[in-house]
Amino acid sequence: MTDQLATLVPYDEAVSRYDPLIGLETHVELGTVTKMFCGCPTRFGAEPNSQVCPVCLGLPGSLPVASRAAIEYTIRIGLALNCSIAENCRFARKNYFYPDMPKDFQISQYDEPLCTDGWLDVTLDDPEPGPGGSAGGPRQFRVEIERVHLEEDTGKSLHVGGATGRIHGADYSLVDYNRAGIPLVEIVTKPVAGTGALAPQVAKAYVTELRDLVRALGVSDVRMEEGSLRCDVNTSLSPRGSGQWGTRTETKNVNSLRSVERAVRYEIERQAAILDAGGRIVQETRHLHEVSGITTAGRSKEEAQDYRYFPEPDLVPVAPPADWVAQIRAALPELPTARRSRLQQEWGLSDLDMAALRNAGALDLVTETVAAGATPADARKWWLGELSRRANDSGRDLADLPITPAQVAAVAGLVASGTLNDKLARQVIDGVLAGQGTPDEIVAARGLAVVSDDGALSAVVDEAIAAHPDVAQKIRDGKVAAAGALLGAVMKATRGQADATRARELILERLGQDPSQRQ
Amino acid sequence: MDSELTGMTAAALAAAIAAGEVSAAEVTDAHLARIGAVDSQVRAFLHVAADSARAAARAVDERRAAGQVLGPLAGVPLALKDVFTTEDMPTTCGSRILDGWQPPYDATITRRLRAAGVVILGKANMDEFAMGSSTENSAFGPSHNPWDLSRVPGGSSGGSAAAVAGFEAPLGIGTDTGGSIRQPAAVCGIVGVKPTYGGSSRYGVVAFASSLDTPGPLARTVLDAALLHEVMSGHDPCDSTSVDAPVPPVVAAARQADVSGLRVGVVPELSGEGYQPGVMARFGEAVELLESLGAKIVEVSCPHFSYALPAYYLIAPSEASSNLARFDAMRYGLRVGDDGTRSAEEVMSLTRAQGFGAEVKRRIMLGTYALSSGYYDAYYGKAQQVRTLIIRDFEAAFEQVDVLVSPTTPTTAFPIGERADDPIAMYLADLCTIPSNLAGNAALSVPCGLASEDGLPVGLQIMAPVLADDRIYRVGAAVEAVLTERRGHPLLDEARGIGHD
Amino acid sequence: MSIAREEVAHLASLSRLALGEEELDHLAGQLGQIIAAVARIQDVAADGIPATSHAVPLVNVFRDDVEVPCLGAEKALAQAPAVEQQRFRVPRILAED
Repeated sequence: MTDQLATLVPYDEAVSRYDPLIGLETHVELGTVTKMFCGCPTRFGAEPNSQVCPVCLGLPGSLPVASRAAIEYTIRIGLALNCSIAENCRFARKNYFYPDMPKDFQISQYDEPLCTDGWLDVTLDDPEPGPGGSAGGPRQFRVEIERVHLEEDTGKSLHVGGATGRIHGADYSLVDYNRAGIPLVEIVTKPVAGTGALAPQVAKAYVTELRDLVRALGVSDVRMEEGSLRCDVNTSLSPRGSGQWGTRTETKNVNSLRSVERAVRYEIERQAAILDAGGRIVQETRHLHEVSGITTAGRSKEEAQDYRYFPEPDLVPVAPPADWVAQIRAALPELPTARRSRLQQEWGLSDLDMAALRNAGALDLVTETVAAGATPADARKWWLGELSRRANDSGRDLADLPITPAQVAAVAGLVASGTLNDKLARQVIDGVLAGQGTPDEIVAARGLAVVSDDGALSAVVDEAIAAHPDVAQKIRDGKVAAAGALLGAVMKATRGQADATRARELILERLGQDPSQRQ
Repeated sequence: MDSELTGMTAAALAAAIAAGEVSAAEVTDAHLARIGAVDSQVRAFLHVAADSARAAARAVDERRAAGQVLGPLAGVPLALKDVFTTEDMPTTCGSRILDGWQPPYDATITRRLRAAGVVILGKANMDEFAMGSSTENSAFGPSHNPWDLSRVPGGSSGGSAAAVAGFEAPLGIGTDTGGSIRQPAAVCGIVGVKPTYGGSSRYGVVAFASSLDTPGPLARTVLDAALLHEVMSGHDPCDSTSVDAPVPPVVAAARQADVSGLRVGVVPELSGEGYQPGVMARFGEAVELLESLGAKIVEVSCPHFSYALPAYYLIAPSEASSNLARFDAMRYGLRVGDDGTRSAEEVMSLTRAQGFGAEVKRRIMLGTYALSSGYYDAYYGKAQQVRTLIIRDFEAAFEQVDVLVSPTTPTTAFPIGERADDPIAMYLADLCTIPSNLAGNAALSVPCGLASEDGLPVGLQIMAPVLADDRIYRVGAAVEAVLTERRGHPLLDEARGIGHD
Repeated sequence: MSIAREEVAHLASLSRLALGEEELDHLAGQLGQIIAAVARIQDVAADGIPATSHAVPLVNVFRDDVEVPCLGAEKALAQAPAVEQQRFRVPRILAED
């Protein structure tokens, strides 16, 4: 059953009459060397069923043994999210039949998660002016974390025979258990209220922030495109001022940051239309279609599966000793929020400046450029200016441009040393982006170095003076400002390669004026 | 002479092999011949691995010839319950759903046996997936009690017990989840032990009830059982529930056999209605015997033991319903109904309906019921609370006494077919054994005579605290020594079913 | 305490057991008896008594994050009912999502 032609209420209208409540469940594939309960490797791209053993195949008689590393990584995530770490918790069996689950139950955690009750602050740009007429700008939302727990992943199926390779209409399936048993961390937020119209952006910002955090912890490469970061988004609406929370839908397998935002947005529009018409929201699982941005209904959650959870008898409880947790806490790297505050202070940036950097996705790039020798100001200028323009023009993310922070730093350095001016520098950047080599190679190949050799420059200056006698006379008479016109001629004659400052000095000297005079 | 060899204890055989008096090959051949002579009647074995057994025996002989030191059971033959995975033999768990399955890996215990030079003669019959007390739930037909072939050998490790009692092997290995080693041992007139839970590895033991399953030894003497106990036990990093402590000194305890000054508790809740008079008579005599050897006898009430049976029949099926879910026709085993039109779900359901027997289906559904939301607290949850109370009963009891004793099972071996259609009557066989499974403590059954009504064996159960396995061997050996001396000959000489000449 | 036949049919379905009508009837009767027998557990006063999931208390049993040799695809697939492209071939899966 599809509802491609679902009625929608335009977004702004929907949020003017309804308050959205959102929740996010995120799965992170841990980057451990081996699986959660056995010593099979977790490397990608292996031949099907070549990374399996009796345990992850669930063969009769096999038994799981928990990975210390996976537990440590989970505690790391929990601590970074300000959670309490359980003193004693157990794994539980989640029982259901499915061919990609070798034991037909999943070892997970149920009412005793490893970490509970934390938070993650996310910042985003609020375009609307705030109450009392304060200006819009960066706004912080605290997303509370309900729980962080550990579980094992399933195998992967290829569906054969259907038109699209999808499960619907397939004749049979082929299962590969290489991924069965990979450690997964599930992070569940508490319902996030009070976002109003910003709900979609808050959802996206949360996933972005969480991704950056997990990456900084070194526990996963968290790539949504590769499935090492998976997101389910819950959305419900409540009529404004009613204080009554609505029925939520769960949108699964949202595969990109952009999709997170779109899923929330679409669900708000769709649910508002149903509620406007006096209808009832069905508690169900929905699928986001990446291309169209719409969601369609999947399994109905009203006949919710009874997973018959019970404590896993083959595993013993996990009781992380306090000193182990303290060790993990002490070894936490600088977290993104702290890092951003530190950089903002070090670079002397305003909140708006900082927000601009984040929104452009330029923070890491700028940091690396500074590390490669550029000043923060230069780094920002290039990334937020010329390079952002180029990225937008070609529809790419900044990070995907074929130029490295080191190269940008090199160009900035060439400008600072006087070898290049801004215009020439832009030409060098063009060259790097076009794949013509490193900045130095391009400067050499195109002969783009600023001409500051007095001999060559003097010749050009003399020519310009000779070509514009009336302008030259004005300068002799004291109108220093007229030097600009001659300078223009010099720049034109040298195709922009003249050292402008030196050229101006030479012009003034030649015409009897003090070269150090300012305009 | 073959019958000389098959009549010897494991200890004697091992000594004879080590001394060069007989070769391991001869010993194995003698037992294979015995199997050939009687197993068509006893039906202890589902699979006899003659070639690999001979090869294993040869390897022991070669090691001996090369002057290497042999382990304490090198060259001794053994019947392995078909619930343990063996890479070179089928493993069926007594079920059609695994008919023909040959595992790609050995159980830890299988590996340890091979490394010790024990010769695995083959896989022994059992109630399907260890659910039962008679082997009548085996998809391949029941085994028969060597004492009286028309009677059950007990279960679920009935095949292993029958093999040992029938002199087809001096040693057997079973698993005990609700009494499945001790009860068959009792009704077959041999020794059977349930070690402390976690004392022996469950890796490679096809799971019935994970928090209760305990692999253990079966033998004709307490010392033999102790020797096997030491070879098979010990910590296994592949089993998270395996105890990380040294194996208790059970062999030394079996040799010591001294009970003077020991405090022995008799549990009133483990007697009464449903207990056969002949069983109670032999039990009473065994208690008197202990007293005459210097033990102090005390009555110790364990009030929650009367709830052990219902608690067990909630916990075990619940865990089993989950453990047996993996038999879904997708990766191994039976697959029924896959004609290209049916869904995976349908094929799963058809396969399981056809591949599982009635008792297994009953327990799976009972377990699914007990774990369902809405019923969990009242059934599974409550049963786990009762389990705590039973553990506390044991702890309180062991503050007053060193061991507890009871009959192993309320009756002697019942006729094949008598209880087959009455699940609840069948469950009653486990009344005395179940408390130790719930609490995880060590328990042993040693023969203590024949019931006068029917001339069939009666077992004395001895229970000790967790990790005090040596105590049960000490007491068992003491009782065995006196009874054997009084009798003047081994008990099994009186078995009528199949003679051992 | 008996158990309704519909409930037994539901349990059979949850457990992936395709039982025939007669079998269902027979099992329903037996299950009813067994449940009645085990329901005695309700008589025990157990308020405040913790549940025991592991009789012999152990905690923190872990393994190191070190690779161990795998079975190999050949062994893994050797007993499979059906194999294609080095994968386990299974009948069509009804979509869960």
